[in-house]
Amino acid sequence: MSENLLEVSGLQKHFPITKGLFKRQVGAVRAVDGIDLEVRAGETLGLVGESGCGKSTAGRLFTRILEPTGGKVVFEGNDISHKNVNQLRPLRRDVQMIFQDPYSSLNPRHTVGAIISAPLQIQDIPTPQGLKKAVQELLELVGLNPEHYNRYPHEFSGGQRQRIGIARALALRPKLIVADEPVSALDVSIQAQVVNLLDDLQREFDLTYVFIAHDLSVVRHISDRVAVMYLGKVVEIAERDDLYKNPRHPYTVALMSAVPVPDPARRDRAQRDRVLLTGDVPSPINPPSGCRFRTRCWKAQDICATEEPPLTVRLEDPQSHLTACHFPVVDDETVAGRRPAATPA
Amino acid sequence: MSLGPEASITDESTAPTADAAERPGEKAIAGRSLKQIAWRRLKKDKVAIAGACVVIFLILVAVLAPLLIKWFGHPFDEPHIDQLDPTLSTPLGKLGGISREFLLGVEPQSGRDIFSRIIYGAQTTLSVAFLSAFVSTILGTVFGLMAGFLGGWVDSVISRIMDFLLAFPQLLFAIALLSVLPDTFFGLGDRWSRVFVLVGVIGFFGWPYIGRIVRGQTLSLREREFVEASRSLGARSGRILFRELLPNLAAPILVYTTLIIPTNILTEAALSFLGVGIPPPNPSWGGMLSDAVTFYQIDPMYMIIPGGVIFITVLAFNLFGDGLRDALDPKAR
Ligand SMILES: Nc1ncnc2c1ncn2[C@@H]1O[C@H](COP(=O)(O)OP(=O)(O)OP(=O)(O)O)[C@@H](O)[C@H]1O
Ligand code: SF4
Ligand SMILES: [Mg+2]
Repeated sequence: MSENLLEVSGLQKHFPITKGLFKRQVGAVRAVDGIDLEVRAGETLGLVGESGCGKSTAGRLFTRILEPTGGKVVFEGNDISHKNVNQLRPLRRDVQMIFQDPYSSLNPRHTVGAIISAPLQIQDIPTPQGLKKAVQELLELVGLNPEHYNRYPHEFSGGQRQRIGIARALALRPKLIVADEPVSALDVSIQAQVVNLLDDLQREFDLTYVFIAHDLSVVRHISDRVAVMYLGKVVEIAERDDLYKNPRHPYTVALMSAVPVPDPARRDRAQRDRVLLTGDVPSPINPPSGCRFRTRCWKAQDICATEEPPLTVRLEDPQSHLTACHFPVVDDETVAGRRPAATPA
Repeated sequence: MSLGPEASITDESTAPTADAAERPGEKAIAGRSLKQIAWRRLKKDKVAIAGACVVIFLILVAVLAPLLIKWFGHPFDEPHIDQLDPTLSTPLGKLGGISREFLLGVEPQSGRDIFSRIIYGAQTTLSVAFLSAFVSTILGTVFGLMAGFLGGWVDSVISRIMDFLLAFPQLLFAIALLSVLPDTFFGLGDRWSRVFVLVGVIGFFGWPYIGRIVRGQTLSLREREFVEASRSLGARSGRILFRELLPNLAAPILVYTTLIIPTNILTEAALSFLGVGIPPPNPSWGGMLSDAVTFYQIDPMYMIIPGGVIFITVLAFNLFGDGLRDALDPKAR
């Protein structure tokens, strides 16, 4: 459990913004701007943040679909940050991705059989039982009818399509799967089924997951640890129970208050403590100085604008709980009391 | 905790996609490809089918031209002075001399068989139109794919070239070029030499139309996650181009190829009308129209027939192309 499968440090991805005929660079979208974290073998790391905070970009860097602008990606001790397409090919067997949009992640012109057998063909994996049988086994594994291998993606529902995407990712028997919001596009009723499927597969094949989501409730069930991202940076990372019990970063607290509270006795208090995230997310082209959350933070003080808070252990937190905030939220602090007048009630 | 495979299947198939709901026999296991769905849609489009029938008829006529002329007509350059009024040199019979012997009448002055000349002209016109559409499609697909897939400076250069060609006064250029080129080369004879040149000129100026479509589609397809998925499996560029991108480009390429054919027919007719197309005495629809201009008051049929044939042909191709586009419309997925 303690061995690190994937380690990233100082990871950056800046997308250049070009202008005019000669593609002069006039700026950059700092989609991922300095992430340090590690993924331990066998665990599920939840990666949470609002839309546009760079989660997908981070996932694409972990799987090396994108090349980082800065920093390092180390998989099983090998630095893969700048390997080229050919050098990466063997790695593809070990690291796979499940994509966010089940409608655009499957080629509409290919049958399900062709889609799921593609990894086996591209990687020259021998299939003693025959390609068709191999595909059918995978279909069965993800809970689809193996007779459907000749059908086209448009004949399936969103949830079924996401299962096809899971089967494709599973075909190479990878060690690490980066699941990019695998259930966000699905009906709530189907989300649980797909999450459960991923859970079962993890146990069966010893998988390690990076599970991306845009709210904390989805990852709660499946994650061992959770990292919270804001504007291209990790602002808090902790063991799951620790994070949900003692959220330290004001942004995490805000995200958590967006999670519906099932217990009616607590709902009242939850309503009162509800922190509304006001204001727009600043642009990743020109992020705020110091702490990036300061434009929306109700605890912000002068130092927040000048000094960027490092991601370290705060208060009496365990070594595994890191927070990037000068004024972390203390356990019994009621958010409502600290809410500034500017925030609408 | 988790639901078994069977349970989840039934759960999800209670809310199937719209496509699945329409399917009559749910038991059919073999999937219907987008091609089959498009074909079904096309079959329901009566107008497009009518266009297609006319197109097929015209192609048959062009292919069987020598036989048809032998059975129903006269050699295209054979004069029939006996069919003409000796003083006015206009056809003797009614409606430009239409008779059982001369199905579409005869030309004034020479008395040549219009039926044979129309059919023979169909052969030339359709050859030029199809071959130049083919040239445009090949060039447009190759350059459009390169621009869209490679991006960067390759894209900039190809896009500028396309803009330049689209803004180019191509008709003037074609007239200038065609009037200085030799009449025959490669020992092809004057008719096929000119067809060859026309195919080159029309095909070359037509490729940016296809190229722009292909580039745009490639740019949007390239961002789709299935291309990324293929890349994340370790696929090489060749596989991504030919297995992932091209199958999705086939439909728009087919549609726009069908739609530039009528444009090419009109361009060929215009060039022949202006005297730089198919050289006389070889018949062409544009050339016939041009000859008819001087006679339109005394022998209107001489103008109506080639004009009508051009009109019907272009209309048929356009109707078919539009129907094809509707049937293949990716938005109506
Ligand atoms: N290829 C690209 N070129 C330029 N900018 C990009 C590119 N991909 C992403 N971005 C920008 O980077 C930022 C982060 O995008 P990303 O897709 O990683 O966000 P996300 O957290 O996954 O959001 P969502 O929840 O909507 O999927 C966004 O501002 C986006 O516009
Ligand atoms: S560092 Fe300051 S602005 Fe940033 S989250 Fe902490 S209190 Fe808020
Ligand atoms: Mg995303």
